[in-house]
Amino acid sequence: MQPVFGFALFAVFVALIVVLARNKKRFPANPISSFFFGFIIVLLAIGAANYFMVAISANRLYFWQQTIYGVSLGSVYALIALGYTMVYGIVRLINFAHGEIYMIGAYAGFFGVTSLGFPFYFALIFAMLTAALAGVIVERIAYKPLRKAPRLAVLITAIGMSLLLQNVGQKIFGSIPRSFPRQFTGLYRIGEINLDQSRVIVFAVTFLLMVALQYFVTFTKPGKAMRAVSQDRDAAQMVGVNVDRTISLTFFVGSLLAGAAGILVAIVFPQIRPTMGLMPGLKAFVAAVIGGIGIIPGAVLGGLIIGVSENLVTAYISSSWRDAIAFGLLILILLVKPSGILGRNTREKV
Amino acid sequence: MLKVTDLHVYYGGIHAIKGISLSVKEGQIVSLIGANGAGKSTCLNTICNLVNNSKGKISFLDRDITSAPPHKIVKLGVAQVPEGRKVFPQMTVAENLDMGAYVRKDKSGVRHDMGKVYKLFPRLLERKNQLAGTLSGGEQQMLAIGRGLMAKPRILLLDEPSMGLAPLLVREIFSIIREINSLGTTILLVEQNANMALSIANYAYVLETGRIVLEGEAKVLAADEKVKAAYLGG
Ligand SMILES: Nc1ncnc2c1ncn2[C@@H]1O[C@H](COP(=O)(O)OP(=O)(O)OP(=O)(O)O)[C@@H](O)[C@H]1O
Ligand SMILES: [Mg+2]
Repeated sequence: MQPVFGFALFAVFVALIVVLARNKKRFPANPISSFFFGFIIVLLAIGAANYFMVAISANRLYFWQQTIYGVSLGSVYALIALGYTMVYGIVRLINFAHGEIYMIGAYAGFFGVTSLGFPFYFALIFAMLTAALAGVIVERIAYKPLRKAPRLAVLITAIGMSLLLQNVGQKIFGSIPRSFPRQFTGLYRIGEINLDQSRVIVFAVTFLLMVALQYFVTFTKPGKAMRAVSQDRDAAQMVGVNVDRTISLTFFVGSLLAGAAGILVAIVFPQIRPTMGLMPGLKAFVAAVIGGIGIIPGAVLGGLIIGVSENLVTAYISSSWRDAIAFGLLILILLVKPSGILGRNTREKV
Repeated sequence: MLKVTDLHVYYGGIHAIKGISLSVKEGQIVSLIGANGAGKSTCLNTICNLVNNSKGKISFLDRDITSAPPHKIVKLGVAQVPEGRKVFPQMTVAENLDMGAYVRKDKSGVRHDMGKVYKLFPRLLERKNQLAGTLSGGEQQMLAIGRGLMAKPRILLLDEPSMGLAPLLVREIFSIIREINSLGTTILLVEQNANMALSIANYAYVLETGRIVLEGEAKVLAADEKVKAAYLGG
């Protein structure tokens, strides 16, 4: 009874905020109605906050543990979201086959660990490279020939590619899930909080990859070329950037990260199957949009927001809300700021 | 040095350039003038191979570059300062200049040329770490020219560098163009401001709806009655 009540209060509170944010110009005009609304909002906020405080203070350690797990999960979403956002930034394409690249990474990691007997970190690199290769091949055969085609045609091709890869995956790997051999089963203790070793490893590896990406994009020549193409493709050509190669490179780097995400998720949730790319792919796409698509820090922010809210919702409300929260957040944030949290508030320029 | 022979360009069904030929000799400033929509920008973009559908022959330093990819053309020494500046808005001034030197490998030479650009445009040095998108129009124009120079081009294609600038700044930009030329860079200058363009050019072409209708020594054209009437405001 109580959880639903607290959640409902919170939802009404958020909805009111959204309404107010959308109607900036009209509400303050009438002092009585704005007072009335202000009063209701404060009441709702206190009610919702009270509920959450009670729930959290009942077991603080659990709250922190779940938040940290949320960050760990969110960092994986962020890793996938980066691929969406980078590709979008450079070719204005939502690469729906990206979730399948992540799936390929997971299977490459699986076979690396099992059939080839690689140690984990070696399998990680193997998964990344395999996924990157797959990403570049998809770009070559499916998107490159459509470089000058209307955007809708490319989008539909991307959806087709996604379905194709799922089905080829089922043909090759079989549709029965496989279980990834357990890795990192230890526990870490930080203060009084117990943390699964696997979740910590996921976060650490992801963090390192993001630092590497940041370095690559900011300081290296191919990284700068990527930024240049995404900001002004013609101008990039005029200074001598090879645009085709830069686009391939973007797919390569994005897929590298998705491949890492695939094997990293498999050490926390060890069931892998050919359709596993669908949900995380969608959520990572949502993360990219929430953060502001085309903006690299936005993808990281969006991924973390979704990961943390998903984990907290599962922990405090119900796991059946888990998949809904990402899309709920998407709707809310787009209502308030259509270009995403870090998005620049400009009309789309083509 | 640069030679365009019988060039045709089509945009879908539109025949934008209808057989033009022109040549630019090393060390010169050659100007291409004409009204809006005459095909001036199209001509420059075709030289850089940024346009899809063209016919004809373009050669640079006696090499056929008609179908060379754009980045190879830059490598050979052709740099363009595009219409509307097209700086990289989310990069700083310094990063933009650095991008200009994208095809170069000689790091110390790049650093040296960066110094030269800053000397040419002290305003850019003051704003080195500012995002290019937040510069004023005039400053963006300076940056676009600076970025073009950073490629250390043999020939610089300038597309309406005076567009939208105050008269005083126009004069400054033109004197800088002359200075760039005297330092050894050949220049092909597209302009609406025919007065200024003819005053610094050696040779000029007049373009009208995709055709060259007149060409000659800049001084001669500036004195031509027809040109005066059509482009020099009487
Ligand atoms: N991408 C394009 N698609 C279709 N038509 C185009 C395109 N670019 C240019 N054109 C057409 O080609 C003709 C020449 O255009 P261009 O931009 O070369 O003119 P311009 O001489 O540079 O004019 P301005 O002085 O206004 O810059 C115009 O009629 C224009 O409408
Ligand atoms: Mg033009």
